[in-house]
Amino acid sequence: MNFSFLFNNFAELTVTGLAFGAVYALIALGYTMVYGVLQLINFAHSEVFMYGTFATLWMTITLVGSGNPGGLQTFGIMAAALLAAMVVSGAIALMLEKFAYRPLIKRNAPRLIALISAIGASFVLAELMGVRDDVAGWFGLRETLDDYVGGARVNQSMPNIVQNRTLFAIGEYNIRMVDVIVILSAILMMVGLDQFVRRSKTGRGIRATAQDPETAALMGVNSTRVIQMTFLLGGLMAGVAAFLYMLKIETTKFDVGFLLGIKAFTAAVLGGIGNLRGALVGGLVLGVVENWGSALFGGEWRHVVAFVLLVVILLFRPTGILGESLGKART
Amino acid sequence: MSTSVSATSGTKSKSKSRLGFVDRLTNLPKLVKILLWVLLALFLYALPLLEPPLLSTPGTDFGGVLFTVTIYCLVALGLNIVVGYAGLLDLGYVGFYAIGAYTVAILTSFHANWPFLLAVPVAVVATMVSGVLLGAPTLRVRGDYLAIVTLGFGEIIRLAAVNTEWLGDARGISKIDRPPSIELFEIPHLFWEGGTPLLDPDDTTVFLEFGVLDQIPYYWLGLTVVILMLIADRLIKDSRVGRAWEATREDEDAAELMGVPTFRFKLLAFSTGAFVGGLAGALYASRQSFINPLSFLLLFSILFLAAVVVGGQGNRWGVLVGAFLVAYLPERFRDFSEFRVLVFGLALMVLAIFRPEGLLPPRRTLRAKQAGQELAAAEEGDHGEETRVRV
Repeated sequence: MNFSFLFNNFAELTVTGLAFGAVYALIALGYTMVYGVLQLINFAHSEVFMYGTFATLWMTITLVGSGNPGGLQTFGIMAAALLAAMVVSGAIALMLEKFAYRPLIKRNAPRLIALISAIGASFVLAELMGVRDDVAGWFGLRETLDDYVGGARVNQSMPNIVQNRTLFAIGEYNIRMVDVIVILSAILMMVGLDQFVRRSKTGRGIRATAQDPETAALMGVNSTRVIQMTFLLGGLMAGVAAFLYMLKIETTKFDVGFLLGIKAFTAAVLGGIGNLRGALVGGLVLGVVENWGSALFGGEWRHVVAFVLLVVILLFRPTGILGESLGKART
Repeated sequence: MSTSVSATSGTKSKSKSRLGFVDRLTNLPKLVKILLWVLLALFLYALPLLEPPLLSTPGTDFGGVLFTVTIYCLVALGLNIVVGYAGLLDLGYVGFYAIGAYTVAILTSFHANWPFLLAVPVAVVATMVSGVLLGAPTLRVRGDYLAIVTLGFGEIIRLAAVNTEWLGDARGISKIDRPPSIELFEIPHLFWEGGTPLLDPDDTTVFLEFGVLDQIPYYWLGLTVVILMLIADRLIKDSRVGRAWEATREDEDAAELMGVPTFRFKLLAFSTGAFVGGLAGALYASRQSFINPLSFLLLFSILFLAAVVVGGQGNRWGVLVGAFLVAYLPERFRDFSEFRVLVFGLALMVLAIFRPEGLLPPRRTLRAKQAGQELAAAEEGDHGEETRVRV
């Protein structure tokens, strides 16, 4: 137990924890929304995120090239990368809904089998990225591809576009630019999504379907559209998460989604699954506590801290910190 | 009108003929049935010696693959009790498997020098206790929350093994004791030349020598345990306990009102499942003689669950088929190593979409589905009549 380390670096640990938590929270939105509407664990959502990280990576590498971008250019590159990640993740999420879920929902299949289908889809998506180079090799494209990035089976890093300079200091603790960007944009996106679901007509449809799918259908809500919308929104948020993750961590791999997906799902459950604000709270709490825990017990216990936190919280609040409420949310 | 009648009668006769085979089997005299079972068992025991051309695995030891299949069968039977009978979604089953394996490893090699046969009961009891310890606080949590809690449990067990020196950390534990050998006689293998089987006098298996190279005795041990498990499973399923599990799964509140102490039965299902998982882990550790945390990745929990659900949760023969597919197919198609997982994932999706009840769903599910379809057909028929009258 390294208490002195924890107390000496408290502010820094908290801020990096919040940055991690923000990424968890954004991914958790995808789990929580799908769960709220369909009561299904969208196991393949982690791969939606993974594709977003690769979209960010490719876009940045293509745009940066060999030059060293300056101030305004950096901003443009970031915007393009963010857009690419959101488009790719959103598209993957929509495809996932179409091929892995809709056939099952139509047949009213047992819920567990949808989980298996999602697991299958998750394997397929991750492996498609993994075997990308072999397939490219068949068409003689491997060298062309390697000019940009090598195989997805090993860690690929992206050029550093946000200089890791200190933005400001609290006391003697340095708060870095990246962390601030990550936390602020994540919170911004979450507030935007929350308002969208609360105020827009589509959002009302989503909430109605979550609350009572049959009555919602009778009232003229197109349930297929609502489900598509849910997946799309989750995918877009995963794209944002992927972009922010790449800003902070800067490396990705074909199986990067697995652990992050589990963590994000944990965050969703922690905050109360099906509850958008719960995802934010759960993500931030998980990120911060995990960071403190790894400072206290050593980095190798990081994930153990996260899961023990989950078990302890569920023992005292069996439906998560804020409870389940996508359907019950009132404006 | 007439066409619709003939269509329904057609489907009925079809389903009848499909049931017919099973019926004819069940209607056989008891003696013949027992004989058939014995023949099937003998064939299974002899399978690694026969090395049938299409079935056997080129490149990897067939006996070893078959042993892996039996381990998966055992695990699937155990998980079927938790998921299929009691309806508790457990995503961390590999945790129990790991506890069984690690207990044997610690007792026979790392911290003590016990013989294998003494360590197994301890390992199984330790796993059951861990099942109760995990279940007691978490089984009050319902549905999908249980899934994520158990998933966390599986990961905690693995990470604890990685980070604790007392458990051999990431390097693992080696020199785990093997079951005691009784070397009685040698059995020659077959090898196939074209379509003709020939005896191979150079390639023999010593009857019950649990050595390093020949995996077949382990397969025999595993198969025996699976057969014993199947008998036990049948006894439990048809007992009061099995009915209580099903009642709890179908409607927990109704079961509670009918006087079934659901929590206690869920805990029992959990620890029974843990028992079987621990046993499988112990066998696995002894065969490998070496374990490290990489043998207990979360991926295995998912594969185990896939075996149960794909095969048909709640039907012991179904989960055996599922376990066979999940364990055997990746080994058989090792040549496609790079595309193995991709094809496996596709297979899971296709199976899920085309056989949502699993390959061999339990008869109860089939009956329920049939009743549902008949109900729907009756309702539709009414509608059809109505419209016709209106026209």
